[in-house]
Amino acid sequence: MGYSKDQLLALLKELQIKFSQYEHPVVLTVEAQAKYVGNTGGVLSKNLFMKDKKHRYYVVSALADTKVDLKVLSQRLGLGKGGLRMAPEEALGEILQVPLGCVTPFAVVNESARHVSLLLDQEFKSQECCIFHPLSNDMSISLNTQGLDKFLKSIGRNPSYIDLEANPSVGKDQPPDLAAFVPSDSPVLSVLPEKAPSSQDSTGKSVGAATNSAAVTAKAVKPSGNAQNVKEKPVDSVQPSIPAADAGKFVEELLDRASALLLSEISEDSIKQHDGQLGVEVANNIKKCVREDLKNLATIFKNTAYTEGFYAGTRYQPKRL
Amino acid sequence: MEKIEDKNQQQEEEQVVNPWEVSAKEGGKIDYDKLIDKFGCQRLDQSFVDRVQRLTSRPPHVFLRRGVFFAHRDFNDILDAYERGEKFYLYTGRGPSSEALHLGHLIPFMFTKYLQDAFKVPLVIQLTDDEKCMWKNLSVEESQRLARENAKDIIACGFDISKTFIFSDFDYVGGAFYKNMVKVAKCVTYNKVVGIFGFTGEDHIGKVSFPPVQAVPSFPSSFPHLFSGKDNLRCLIPCAIDQDPYFRMTRDVAPRIGYHKPALIESLFFPALQGETGKMSASDPNSAIYVTDSVKDIKHKVNKHAFTGGQESIEKHRQYGANLEVDIPIKYLNFFLEDDAELEHIKKEYGAGRMLTGEVKKRLTEVLTQLVERHRRARAAVTDEMVDAFMAVRPLPSMFD
Repeated sequence: MGYSKDQLLALLKELQIKFSQYEHPVVLTVEAQAKYVGNTGGVLSKNLFMKDKKHRYYVVSALADTKVDLKVLSQRLGLGKGGLRMAPEEALGEILQVPLGCVTPFAVVNESARHVSLLLDQEFKSQECCIFHPLSNDMSISLNTQGLDKFLKSIGRNPSYIDLEANPSVGKDQPPDLAAFVPSDSPVLSVLPEKAPSSQDSTGKSVGAATNSAAVTAKAVKPSGNAQNVKEKPVDSVQPSIPAADAGKFVEELLDRASALLLSEISEDSIKQHDGQLGVEVANNIKKCVREDLKNLATIFKNTAYTEGFYAGTRYQPKRL
Repeated sequence: MEKIEDKNQQQEEEQVVNPWEVSAKEGGKIDYDKLIDKFGCQRLDQSFVDRVQRLTSRPPHVFLRRGVFFAHRDFNDILDAYERGEKFYLYTGRGPSSEALHLGHLIPFMFTKYLQDAFKVPLVIQLTDDEKCMWKNLSVEESQRLARENAKDIIACGFDISKTFIFSDFDYVGGAFYKNMVKVAKCVTYNKVVGIFGFTGEDHIGKVSFPPVQAVPSFPSSFPHLFSGKDNLRCLIPCAIDQDPYFRMTRDVAPRIGYHKPALIESLFFPALQGETGKMSASDPNSAIYVTDSVKDIKHKVNKHAFTGGQESIEKHRQYGANLEVDIPIKYLNFFLEDDAELEHIKKEYGAGRMLTGEVKKRLTEVLTQLVERHRRARAAVTDEMVDAFMAVRPLPSMFD
């Protein structure tokens, strides 16, 4: 279950991070938020939740005034010119576990957002205080970047700030400068179905409004039921990925290969050809054809088992004397 | 001291072969005999292949049988020692400059895996993320990220985790490794390194001081967690022949600091799809088969982009036969088709004009698809935890078993 606003605030207090909090009616846009907390001395942020074609997610958090050109950002990340889109509404709930209109850097506290890349505007650093939603739209908190950094580090994130308005050229000899921000792990969660969000249209394409139109319920709608498999690049023959060191599955795989080959070797022709010697002939052929394949499978199995043991070893608690 | 020629002279007249540039003479192909001559290494002849078969009690790898690995330095010493019961370790590496690996990149790893299995010896794999950070002007983070991504493809080649240590320079340089780097650096003058690698006054000092990083994995004392107490352990380096300069330098230095010279076993360059004179380039995805290519991609690339030696018309082809010298499908089959008899048959029929280019391409597509699919399955099984385990500084107690 995702963190609640109160849990987040408690965490901040525990970490002794200085912040101010302001309660207000639910707001869904920066303009609305400005009405309530615009004069508090802190600077408002706009927060975008984006995804790319390979279902990797990004939170872009910037000063409300910073111009963020999504085409440029997409290129700088190495995703090509149109690689970045606004994430669908369901992703907000599934991955960031925040309601609509509530994208915030703090959402990465959730385990579900482990692989979401966080891009922070370097302009934040020159501000005294910056304003974000603390996982809920009915409150805003104001803190400085030291506080934000401390929080991010405490959850194992390395805060990095970038010049969001920069427009460096990207080409053969100038690799995309933000490529390191593209999550390298495939998403842990199942990919959400690619249908458009139900009742509302997202005005999210315009950079000014960080959130969707007002005709929206505050709580995000969770997608129903079935998880789909992570979409990979379309491949003609879809192979299942090899399971973790499961001896049963491993042996089944070996037997499948051997018996498939066995069946193909025994035909009317081969029976006629080899007669009594068919057994020997088939056995030799199977060995020849499948030896390398099986050795590879066995090596994968071994490596997987070793890795599991290694991982357990790094977390092992020595016996208390 | 093995002969080294002035790089400037090279560029005007002849082919250029060094770690950062490989190009043949204008419009021609690489002359490997000249290269062996110039570099001063030895040809790997059939007697070596037979000896390897005898010592390992298994058929020699297809790359040995077909002369893909065709040159060496001191490989006979390694075999002599092995026969006496003295083991050795393997050292190979990759410069992680891009995420996309093509088949040419896999060749040294495929061969090294065979060597590991056949001789039952440990292996260290160096990922030179620092080198790419310097030469390709990548950020430190990006080169480290690419190193990890490439490590996954390398692991997918089937290395045994209980006998393999993968390391990235940014993570591992320090301690005993660095001590050896300094020992090596002290033995190579600035002039010498300029002569070998062609550095100029404009090159930054990072480049100039990089060569020792690639040299010292040849010395067992660089890996105290693996080889402590085994200072006499020999090292065999399978690599493509353009890496020779690094190891010429290393071999020159080794005796001066009391270490064995590393032995080398070197391969040809893998030709681009468009032919020997073409260049495999990261910006042209059709110049090579990538490990991420789909079955459709492979078929398309082989059919539309492979340079063939077939004649322009079927009649002409039946009459004159194919030009096997320049035919890329034949060359690729030479690398990847395991069955010697089948390859001979194809060469004979195709060269005589009885077999058509389409058939050869079809067979090649099958072979490559099988290879890429096998790699993809193995790659799918590689997790981040597995990479961490391969890269952990840990002892390998069963590395010679």
